[in-house]
Amino acid sequence: MTRHTTTPESGAGGPGGLPPRASRAPGDSEVSLLSAALAALEAVRDPELDEPITTLGFVASCTVSAAGGAEVRLRLPTYFCAPNFAFLMVADAYDAVSAVPGVRKTEVVLEDHFAADAINGGVAARAGFARTFDGEAVGELHDLRADFLRKAVMAGTDQVCRPLLAAGTSPAGLPGMTLGDVPPSPALDRLRQRRAELGLPSGDGAPLLIDPATGVRISGEAIPLHLRRARTTRISIEANGGICRGMLRHRYDSAGLKPAVLGEEENSEGGPAACLSSATSDRGGARAER
Amino acid sequence: MYEKNGEKYFVVDGHMHYWNAAPDNWVPGAEQYAKGWIECFHAYMGLGPPETHWTIEHFQKYSEDDLMKDVFEDGYVDVAIFQPTYLKEWYKEGFNTTERNALMGERHPGKFVYNTRWDPRDGDEGLKVLRQNVERFGSKGCKLYTAEWNNGSRGWKLTDPGSYRYLEACQELGIKNVHVHKGPTIWPLDKDAFDVADVDHVATDFPDLNFIVEHVGLPRIDDFCYMATQEPNVYAGLAVAIGALMHARPRFFARVMGELLFWVGEDKMLFGSDYAIWEPKWQVEGFVDWDFPDSDDFADYPRLGVAGKKKILGLNAANLYGIDVPAEYQLKDGGTPGAHEVLAGQPEEHAVSGA
Repeated sequence: MTRHTTTPESGAGGPGGLPPRASRAPGDSEVSLLSAALAALEAVRDPELDEPITTLGFVASCTVSAAGGAEVRLRLPTYFCAPNFAFLMVADAYDAVSAVPGVRKTEVVLEDHFAADAINGGVAARAGFARTFDGEAVGELHDLRADFLRKAVMAGTDQVCRPLLAAGTSPAGLPGMTLGDVPPSPALDRLRQRRAELGLPSGDGAPLLIDPATGVRISGEAIPLHLRRARTTRISIEANGGICRGMLRHRYDSAGLKPAVLGEEENSEGGPAACLSSATSDRGGARAER
Repeated sequence: MYEKNGEKYFVVDGHMHYWNAAPDNWVPGAEQYAKGWIECFHAYMGLGPPETHWTIEHFQKYSEDDLMKDVFEDGYVDVAIFQPTYLKEWYKEGFNTTERNALMGERHPGKFVYNTRWDPRDGDEGLKVLRQNVERFGSKGCKLYTAEWNNGSRGWKLTDPGSYRYLEACQELGIKNVHVHKGPTIWPLDKDAFDVADVDHVATDFPDLNFIVEHVGLPRIDDFCYMATQEPNVYAGLAVAIGALMHARPRFFARVMGELLFWVGEDKMLFGSDYAIWEPKWQVEGFVDWDFPDSDDFADYPRLGVAGKKKILGLNAANLYGIDVPAEYQLKDGGTPGAHEVLAGQPEEHAVSGA
């Protein structure tokens, strides 16, 4: 059986691992299927960090066969990363790749994790979280996911509001604004998307500042605290992302599969994938012996 | 003691370890967890300056001499607080127990504070051991790791009924300081194991205890900050915040410090090196030199001056633990004494336990 694989090593032809290259020239259909599978993976996010698993370096490899069999291997910054979030990423990757037209069979393998066997088996059997961790969990992960989407909305609020404030809008002016009043930006698109996922208003007429738990507009005395919390949430997520990246880099020498448009040149301010890798370089990569 | 620009800093390392994570201490059948745990710790070390990195072999098991040199001789620490982590399901003798710490520490009088630990799932037997540890080692603090695995259970919350019995015992036994460290697992597994809401509850229910949230609640700094700002007896343990960010991600470090200074305040932040994950030397030096980057992004955060750094590096912890601080290290005029109002101005009868 012919398989076409892209791994950080074999796919080193392009800056982000794309376009894929293999020793044996693959057929056009295989290449396009692989591209489609990778594009699907870009839509899978780490729910805690609110960032695609591809830009985080969590996708170790992706393989497709001419027969439509896809295998994705995922890896995380530590052996003990929280099993509930790990499960969500494996399950979401499974769903995303399975939905690609032409993919007939999907396997997602989480590597090097204490609960890998349980998670991989549970996702493959479509067992859900509670059955996968029978006796150790009481429910599925919808609430957990929603909690972290609300954090993403708070962080996104800071990302959208900070440039407005810097450009001269007063904090008192923000609650009167709607999403349609904000100049277009990737951060705004992302905020709308996260709000829509939660079922919160996300159209042009929707208020810019809302309580992510209730959807109610923020106004009056609540504004300064809301903005402070938005910033704190963003910083918390970004700091975690920075630590996760450093840990992953220590654990694995390779960069992982990344979409070509997003390389290492991320910036600490603004931008869609934001913030998560600061402009100051991560200097934790090199290792000295003692 | 650390001195810079004529200022003298009394250094209390509020969070450090003396562990044995070498293969000779791995529980048969649980080797993968023992190995995974120490490799995870070692990866954290990778976030510090390259010249301070150790080999994994050295990191698994370092000697008493290594610790004394790294922490006291080179690392400027005056008093170090041992925070035990047992993990006996993975490590035969435990990862670092109260006993292991104290047996080593008793050869160095006055240098260490021996915190103990408890786990509500250990029931009556655990309560007995807690009493014994307080008697033997004079523990005035305890370290709680809520993600510890215990007989098929992957973790617990401070609000569990069993936990209240232990918190009541802490009050009765004179344990003042409860260090809380959250990890990746809990029961049930579908909940966020890092959630700090349980600390909020018990801090309200036990106003005479101090709750030091280790690693500033990482990865939930945001939740921790909102909680800490409302609870007078909740403190921020800076271990990991400094070690993982100050060198590797200086701008994030500045943001995190800004948030902590805003929500928690310099009177309630405690330095901890998390040795042997990171050596204290570079952390103390870097922290004393640290300031916000010169940028509008940081303009509205509270500033941190020499007095604030003195509090965070040692005076706050000294207050919480009743550690005598010589006059030359005390704040001169201008700085507030810091730390807990209940303890401030009421010197404890005991000096450093084990002294």
